[in-house]
Amino acid sequence: MLEISNLVKRYGHNEPVLEGLDLTVDGSSVVAIVGASGAGKSTMLRCINRLVEPTSGSIKLNGSELVNLRGSALRHARRRIGMVFQGFNLIDRLTVMENVLSGRLGYVSFYQALTRRYPQNDIDRAFQLMDRVGIGHYADKRADQLSGGERQRVAVVRALMQEPEILLADEPTASLDPKTSQQIMSLLQTLASEMSLPVLINIHNVTQARMYTDRIVGMRHGQMIFDGVPKEFNQNALDAIYGGIESPEEDGDNTADKDSATQQGGVVA
Amino acid sequence: MVDHAAKLTDRVWSRYDRKEQWARYAIYLVTLFAIVWAVRDIDIFWPWVWDAPNQIQNLGARMWPPEISAWQAILNAMLETVHIATLSSMLTIFIALPVSYIAAQNTTPNKAMLWLGRFILVSSRSVNTIIWALLFVAIFGPGVLAGILAVMFRSIGFVGKLMGEAIEEIDRRPVEAMEATGASKMKIVLYAIVPQVMPAFFAIIILRWDVNIRESTVLGLVGAGGIGMMLQGSIDMFAWQTVATILLAILVLVILGEAVTSVLRKKVI
Amino acid sequence: MTDFRTASGALPGRVWKKPPFIANPWIRYGLFAVTLIYLYWAFSTLPFNWTRISEGLPRAARIFSGGFPPSFERASLMWTGFKESFQIAFLATLLGVMLSVPIAVMAAKNVAPLPIYLLGRSLIIISRSFHPVIVAILFVAAVGFGPLAGILTLTLYSVGFVGKMLAEEVEEIDWGQVEAMRSVGAGYLKVLIYAVFPQILPRQIGLSMYQLDSNLRASAVVGIVGAGGIGGTLMNAFGRYDYDFAFAILLLIIGIILVSEGISGWVRKKIW
Repeated sequence: MLEISNLVKRYGHNEPVLEGLDLTVDGSSVVAIVGASGAGKSTMLRCINRLVEPTSGSIKLNGSELVNLRGSALRHARRRIGMVFQGFNLIDRLTVMENVLSGRLGYVSFYQALTRRYPQNDIDRAFQLMDRVGIGHYADKRADQLSGGERQRVAVVRALMQEPEILLADEPTASLDPKTSQQIMSLLQTLASEMSLPVLINIHNVTQARMYTDRIVGMRHGQMIFDGVPKEFNQNALDAIYGGIESPEEDGDNTADKDSATQQGGVVA
Repeated sequence: MVDHAAKLTDRVWSRYDRKEQWARYAIYLVTLFAIVWAVRDIDIFWPWVWDAPNQIQNLGARMWPPEISAWQAILNAMLETVHIATLSSMLTIFIALPVSYIAAQNTTPNKAMLWLGRFILVSSRSVNTIIWALLFVAIFGPGVLAGILAVMFRSIGFVGKLMGEAIEEIDRRPVEAMEATGASKMKIVLYAIVPQVMPAFFAIIILRWDVNIRESTVLGLVGAGGIGMMLQGSIDMFAWQTVATILLAILVLVILGEAVTSVLRKKVI
Repeated sequence: MTDFRTASGALPGRVWKKPPFIANPWIRYGLFAVTLIYLYWAFSTLPFNWTRISEGLPRAARIFSGGFPPSFERASLMWTGFKESFQIAFLATLLGVMLSVPIAVMAAKNVAPLPIYLLGRSLIIISRSFHPVIVAILFVAAVGFGPLAGILTLTLYSVGFVGKMLAEEVEEIDWGQVEAMRSVGAGYLKVLIYAVFPQILPRQIGLSMYQLDSNLRASAVVGIVGAGGIGGTLMNAFGRYDYDFAFAILLLIIGIILVSEGISGWVRKKIW
């Protein structure tokens, strides 16, 4: 169970990006977080595994507080949180297997990491997961030789190797073509139910959010303004989230690409 | 357009506007003064200058034809030169890599280390190989060790600076992904940074080896080993025909070095 | 999605080893062996004088204790040396840059006829192959001790570097402008002046600044073999075991090089 309460993030002395956010996710539900560029979706996700330092507030994962952890306590907490990125963030020059095993870096010793001597359990798990998502035969290929969809699958497997208690996905489909992005969404959905893993997905594509998730959270200007099941997510909610902002086309998979590209930059900057 | 035509005859065209023109004149004037000052002030006996082409021709004539009877000694000295370049390039790696790690803004442990790293790089680069050689000859006596150390100390700055820049230019995203798995700093370096800077590393080392061959040819002039010793000896004995052979040998070595470098570069990258 | 389900069934116990950096085992172990043999060969043939080297540490201590604090007492001697170094660097840059223009044109494949091109290229290759110190020692032998040898050396050094870079620049010019000038009936020289030089001018100024900087560095060392400038002063100080004076000169060289690097970088940034 993930409990976020009164989360505030402010960069320097600017307007806060997150203004006292509350969110609770439990069970194995897949939650979509939608919102315009700069609404604070990406910042929120990164606050959970502390890639971004929250200004104030509390984040609890299965009862343990994540904010204010330091050093090895923080690294142990991060092991419990898997993350999938928009740009896959694979290590291009390493093989698929090495990328997948890098998900175990929080567990193995430095010597094991250096010599790539991972425990047999890890290797078995890696092969199982890779076969599960259909990339098992690529184990010794270099990561940069794969297509976008395959790369994102590697990234998903890497996150699952951590044996996470929750999976975060930051625009996981924004760099993919429409067909592949549907496959990835559906993969995330089925994996969530198979492993009874809660999944938080930042997503720009409202159609996919409706189709593949159990719950939609709408954000605007750092606040949550919609929270409900996909059925309730109607035109009004859409207008409230994107109103006055150039809205993404309802079913335009292609536009998601460039929108989220700016979104990424907007949040980071 | 018609009324413009009347004024056309009065119009003056000039390549630069007035402000640019003044700036140009100022630069010309300063340069001219510098030239006049330098030429008048410098300690040159002018009749020698007019005689210089004669003297150079004369020297050239004394070198012809090259005397090749000493080829065995020359070959040995050349090998020594190559050894100095190769060994010092290898040794450079062990020092330059840690230094570049602390001198790169994104990997340095703290500000003090950053400045220490930069200080090492700057002092290494500002002192010429031959001056380093002078120092090491004074310490360790004439011989190859002084030469190896001299070339190495100069290379550290070169390799370290370029490696530092390569580290600063890496893609941040894999680093972020490795952080998210809960990996420690050293493991992040191992997985996300090392693979990314590998190609740059090989390119830089190969480039420096090529430069080092050239540098090693002069070490002998201050007694630090290599072909330079023999060159100095032959000049002292006015054995100009041997000098010519040595010069030819150096030319061949440098061209060979360049050829090897370009082959290696293609193989490795 | 069914394909994912059916594809499962990896049996536990599958092994995985990191693929080696070099795929072919012969080459992999061969390279390793070659490196070892090379190291053995190099170390066994190099004449190390271990007894002399073992005296190194006490000597280093003596040198450094003699060198600190650096003595700036003979400032006038230093001033003369640095002034001469600067004059050498400046005049050589000027001469070198002027000479490098015709040589660059000669060594550019697209504007020079083949025999001229080959001549230009070999001029550049020869002047680049020899370290300035070697060139300096030859010029000292030919024209005698003093700054003249230094100027000649660094001129040649400049021609090698600036000429090479400039020739590459000429080879990459926008050919359309040359055709345009030819089509208005301009002759060879006019084409060069109107269509080629304007395209390489910004680069030329940047390169000149860069070369002035590297000539200043080099001028500090050509003096070691007697070609004038601060290098000679440094060499003498070392020779007479005046380590405090030598260290003062070294510090000053480092300082001046840093300043000159800064200025040259700033000017180049301004121009580009």
